[in-house]
Amino acid sequence: MSLSNLIKNWSNFRTRRPYEGQYDDSPYKWAMVIDLDSCIGCNACTVACYAENNLPVVGKERFGKGHAMHWIRIERYWGEGETLETEFPERGAQYLPMLCQQCEAAPCEPVCPVGATHHSPDGLNTQVYNRCVGSRYCSANCPYKVRYFNWWNYPERAWPNPLELQLNPDVTVRSKGVMEKCTFCMQRLRAGMDKAKTDGRILADGEVVTACAQACPTSAITFGNLADKNSKVAKMWKTQQVDLAKNVQEKTEDGIRGYRILEDLNTYPSIVYLERLRNMAS
Amino acid sequence: MSHTVPSHPQMDVQIERKFVPKQKDLGEDVNWAQINKDVLRSLEKPRPAFWIIFFSALALFSFGVYCEVYQYQTGMGVSDLNNPQVWGLYIATFIFWIGMGHSGTLLSALLHIIHADWRKPIYRYSEAMTTFTLMTAALFVLVHMGRLWQFYYVVAYPNERWVWPNFTSPLVWDATAIGTYLTSSLLFLYMGMIPDLAICRDNAKGARRALYKFLSLGWQGTDRQWGNFKVAYMTMACFLMPLAVSVHSIVSTDFAVSQNPGWHVTSFPPYFVLGALYSGCSGIITLFIVLRYVFRFEAYMTQPILNKLIKMTFAIAMVWTYLDLIEYATTWYGSDEVARQDLVYRATGDYALQFWGMIFCAMVMPFTLLIRFVRQNYVVLLIISLILNVGMWLERFQIITPTFAKSHYPWTWTAGWWPSWVQWGIVAGSFGWFTMLFMLYCKIFPSVSMYEVKEMVHEQNMHDKLHGAQAPAHQTALGAIPEMNGGKI
Repeated sequence: MSLSNLIKNWSNFRTRRPYEGQYDDSPYKWAMVIDLDSCIGCNACTVACYAENNLPVVGKERFGKGHAMHWIRIERYWGEGETLETEFPERGAQYLPMLCQQCEAAPCEPVCPVGATHHSPDGLNTQVYNRCVGSRYCSANCPYKVRYFNWWNYPERAWPNPLELQLNPDVTVRSKGVMEKCTFCMQRLRAGMDKAKTDGRILADGEVVTACAQACPTSAITFGNLADKNSKVAKMWKTQQVDLAKNVQEKTEDGIRGYRILEDLNTYPSIVYLERLRNMAS
Repeated sequence: MSHTVPSHPQMDVQIERKFVPKQKDLGEDVNWAQINKDVLRSLEKPRPAFWIIFFSALALFSFGVYCEVYQYQTGMGVSDLNNPQVWGLYIATFIFWIGMGHSGTLLSALLHIIHADWRKPIYRYSEAMTTFTLMTAALFVLVHMGRLWQFYYVVAYPNERWVWPNFTSPLVWDATAIGTYLTSSLLFLYMGMIPDLAICRDNAKGARRALYKFLSLGWQGTDRQWGNFKVAYMTMACFLMPLAVSVHSIVSTDFAVSQNPGWHVTSFPPYFVLGALYSGCSGIITLFIVLRYVFRFEAYMTQPILNKLIKMTFAIAMVWTYLDLIEYATTWYGSDEVARQDLVYRATGDYALQFWGMIFCAMVMPFTLLIRFVRQNYVVLLIISLILNVGMWLERFQIITPTFAKSHYPWTWTAGWWPSWVQWGIVAGSFGWFTMLFMLYCKIFPSVSMYEVKEMVHEQNMHDKLHGAQAPAHQTALGAIPEMNGGKI
């Protein structure tokens, strides 16, 4: 019975996460590196995500009201006044693709009253739509605000007949009143991992990538398996001297660009951003 | 062992004492038959104001129901909540209503335990207020849910999949705490009413008689029944008191447990409890004046009792003010830069009007209670008690909205978010719902505790009989006491 399971394994619920060597035994830990220097702000990742994950297009008015459903968004940062010249020499915006950081110690997880959001063994922060009651506490507690709530009944508005035929059959269409967020293209990962399991191996590096990483024209987004020490992502994390289980990264060399956003909140995100290089001389 | 009294210069001075009889809580002319008559009359013919209040409340409530149905069918989007502003007025008003409930328990349980007799004529409606505010607050939990039809997922009920709610979530603590508090306060309210329901039963006819007969559980007023009743009532009071403190502490953990700037404050639990008592006390003053007029309770809701209530409110307001100020101080001098910026944003940003409105209504206005004219003029006092509660509502608003507007992540900073008419409609509807329930309660059940007012009259009369109404009793019987009291009786 599950009650005895609850009593016996109570300590599992109190495990501190993350810890050193957490994914040593596990075959997968999904992670990402986003190079801000390569990002040109073209929004291809956003478009790819909309197509892949059945995201509804909400329209101008609702976008203005903050009801947009972009799981990945391109944020534009502009310098203010005087600093525009020095801070942004090209007089352009600074772009930052923001998606769910798949935090190891995710603030959204402990606060969900029904346990609709929880951590998967491969290091993903997952959302169970069927369980969600829409209290929006997860969104309130998410420092990145990357959780999107179905404010309207989108299925009946976003894809009028025959547009529903364009929907990805592998992805649930969410009804009104549930929270949703980036899943690291869970459906692709699941299909790939199942296939690999059948073949009796683990997924090779680059065999499965997320839609955003696939669509990025400048390859700013690198996706992969951090538990596999030879994967591209794991190597990049190592080069950038970012440790998943540390909240303060010690850099031994200058010129290392890797950082994680709002790391001081102890969220332990799974996405490393590479700082943009600026030509301060001009 | 005997002590020699040290000679003290004051001992030799003959203090001229003037005996001022203490103003009694109830008038001299109140007798037992009169109490029954007056309270039972409140069940029959109130002033026309009753129907005005009741139907206005019903209209407000109907509008709230309309808004909720609209939101339910169309989607939460009609409330204009959006990505950073996920909670808005619903949670603010939820906290407001939870808070309103606490003073009822303070009056009915804590003051019962410490034998403060002045609470007796006014505790019954305060306890009813607790019950109905909790019911109103519970509505907001449901209203703000995205999938209202799945609300039972939050409740720990056995199911074949053995899926439990997430016990680490403060919202589950909330649901549990409010459920417990609502059940216990409803039980406490009902239990305290049993002797009075028996009086109603003996005086009613027809359907009402059947109702009171059913509810009074065969109360006969025997010694054994009274004995058991007193024990049970005291036990419930002792049980309820810690509950009242824990419930609003738990509500505060909704914020204190999260990591948003301005919420991540250790002093939130006591701050919330005091805020709750504060708004509850002002609510009791408001209802005091309304009931006194509507049901002609002038003989029971008297000036001395109101005066004590106001004193208590003022003391609580000051403690709350202190806790609010130290919350700002710890944020200001703390090391969390984001929280400090959030504090500055509250005071100077888009919601500065609400912030300073709160400071004025909830921190400055209580000082008007020090003026005797204000305490004795019912109309002015009614307005002031409402202003205090507006201040407390604004306090809840400015805890929630500015924090979302300026949180950790700059991209989500939004300016000038404002709730839509649907939210305001539901908030207004909640006031209608509460007032409607409360007024119905007062019409159907005795809102002044008959048997306890009788106890009070009895004790007052016994005191007079033993010590004489005019004789300076303490002076003659216990001669040393005046000196110990600094010459005051």
